[in-house]
Amino acid sequence: MDIHEYQAKEILSKFGVGVPPGALAYSPEQAAYRARELGGDTWVVKAQVHAGGRGKAGGVKVCHSDTEIVETCENLFGSKLVTHQTDSNGKGVYRVYVEGGVPIDREIYLGFVLDRSSQRVMIVASAEGGMDIEDISAEKPESIVRSTVEPAVGLQDFQCRQIAFKLGIDPALTQSMVRTLQGCYKAFREHDATMVEINPLVVTGDSRILALDAKMTFDDNALFKNPHISELRDKSQEDPRESRAADRGLSYVGLEGNIGCIVNGAGLAMATMDTIKLAGGEPANFLDIGGGATPERVAKAFRLVMSDDNVQAVLVNIFAGINRCDWVAEGVVQALREVEVNVPVIVRLAGTNVEEGQKILAKSGLPIIRATTLMEAAERSVEAWQSDSNREPNLRAIK
Amino acid sequence: MSILIDRNTPVIVQGITGKMARFHTTDMVNYGTNVVGGVVPGKGGMEVEGLPVFDTVADAVEATGAEASLVFVPPPFAADSIMEAADAGIKYCVCITDGIPAQDMIQVKRYMYRYPKEKRMVLTGPNCAGTISPGKALLGIMPGHIYLQGNVGIVGRSGTLGYEAAAQLKAHGIGVSTSVGIGGDPINGSSFKDILQRFEDDDDTHVICMIGEIGGPQEAEAAAYIKDHVKKPVVAYVAGLTAPKGRTMGHAGAIISAFGESASEKVEILSAAGVTVAPNPAVIGDTIAKVMQKAA
Repeated sequence: MDIHEYQAKEILSKFGVGVPPGALAYSPEQAAYRARELGGDTWVVKAQVHAGGRGKAGGVKVCHSDTEIVETCENLFGSKLVTHQTDSNGKGVYRVYVEGGVPIDREIYLGFVLDRSSQRVMIVASAEGGMDIEDISAEKPESIVRSTVEPAVGLQDFQCRQIAFKLGIDPALTQSMVRTLQGCYKAFREHDATMVEINPLVVTGDSRILALDAKMTFDDNALFKNPHISELRDKSQEDPRESRAADRGLSYVGLEGNIGCIVNGAGLAMATMDTIKLAGGEPANFLDIGGGATPERVAKAFRLVMSDDNVQAVLVNIFAGINRCDWVAEGVVQALREVEVNVPVIVRLAGTNVEEGQKILAKSGLPIIRATTLMEAAERSVEAWQSDSNREPNLRAIK
Repeated sequence: MSILIDRNTPVIVQGITGKMARFHTTDMVNYGTNVVGGVVPGKGGMEVEGLPVFDTVADAVEATGAEASLVFVPPPFAADSIMEAADAGIKYCVCITDGIPAQDMIQVKRYMYRYPKEKRMVLTGPNCAGTISPGKALLGIMPGHIYLQGNVGIVGRSGTLGYEAAAQLKAHGIGVSTSVGIGGDPINGSSFKDILQRFEDDDDTHVICMIGEIGGPQEAEAAAYIKDHVKKPVVAYVAGLTAPKGRTMGHAGAIISAFGESASEKVEILSAAGVTVAPNPAVIGDTIAKVMQKAA
């Protein structure tokens, strides 16, 4: 789960990480008022969206007056910010964060991640702050400093000092850097984060170390331990279909194609999408309906897939292990009677009781296209989608 | 021989009183697995499906001589259960539980390293379908009937995609020595490399089938290992060619975040290491059949 910059800064500052003074606003007038409260003559107005690359996309503006702040905010509020980390729809701006300007001496990149090679928490830092870590590792890999944390004892001060010296931080600021790194690690550990990224971490003209930006991502599997983190969830930043799926215990990722997929198991779901692509189609979504493919679950899945207007065919691929195909087939038939599905439906069943399952599909009298292998299912789906879109090109759009 | 489990391995089920655990325990017993008991704290002395229940793994090991354990414990308590198994002298543990916090798993892995290598428990999972040595023993939730007994070793992250491979092999009349699920989580007990090592040393395994997916460095690590240490033919498939960067695809670990983690990069790395890569999931069985013909 992602949170906003201002929320991440609030958490980090509780753990001793320095942040510039700032305040949240829900309207242009409130933003101007917050700026006056903060004082000074330079402010940074930042769109709060769950995506990086806001600066280049026009989501971060330096302002010098009330009017400038109001003007900037009027453009930001309600707009969709499209950055290199969002899709083409962008993310809606409903909150802005106003921060006092800070004199910057140098910028540093600092990240804490779950490193899957060492299977530990890893600190990644670079003297090339402000750039994306992908760009740093591509262009200046030698500038990256890494350190892994021994889980039994946690992050040690000597590791923090090493990082500070390697980054060439002024020795007078070593203690401040140790405090910053320890604070980030404690926040990461205590709240079950999977990522903390401060880019840039800055050394100010008056020799302070401050997090100018902050991003935190949390382990969805650990939210039960961190209810106060769950409360920070902002549904306006999520794909509404994905939120709806998550609320129903389904794992869904919307894509830009037009063949909807309903599959059991994440690996098989990815493999099904790949096969569709190979057959010349484009998958509209990733959807794992999980283990017990009950009729209710299958119906929910159909509703979800059909809520995407781009879907012009639906492929159901179920490999019944513990499930039985006859049971899944009944689920599909029931779902098709309950949910309005006006596009071709292709069903591939495999595994336990497959013959009985096929019989149920055949007997239902519903126009279900059946397939026995994965490849056949994908090919049939692409054929069905092509002939369907030729016949009634804008049927769904008109409705 | 097969790897990790065989007909005689005494098995206990942690969390045996749960609905799913009961169902699969019965399934495993019917398959012929030597299930000797279960563990649920506070329920020692009970009987489930005719099997004795113990309060602690240590009690179960003492009374039954259990060597392997299957963890069916809910996510908040699963990490603790795995460590309990490691401490009680269990040699092989499969954790089925999906949804264990990643940092809990970091602690588990660190804890397991307290023990010298020869005494260290082997863990596969979490979030996996388990391990099966067809015709011998089943330690997990996979449907036993889709596996023929034979000489292909399967190792993969995904449960149902592993079934797909086994079913395609069965259609060719090809059997499996052992199939191991390593799970879809970012921090897991055994990597592809760990299991490949075992298959390389197993006389019953002639060909290895590796089913990977996007995300994480373990496929690339496996490729490096195969190049230098594996003499047996390896066939691989990597799922997620169409997966976009930065989006988690169902499995907590299936997210592309660095170079070498996309499906096409993994395919490239594996091919360069001499692995035969099945171009799509529909031809995993065909590809293995061809490789076996060539080897014979």
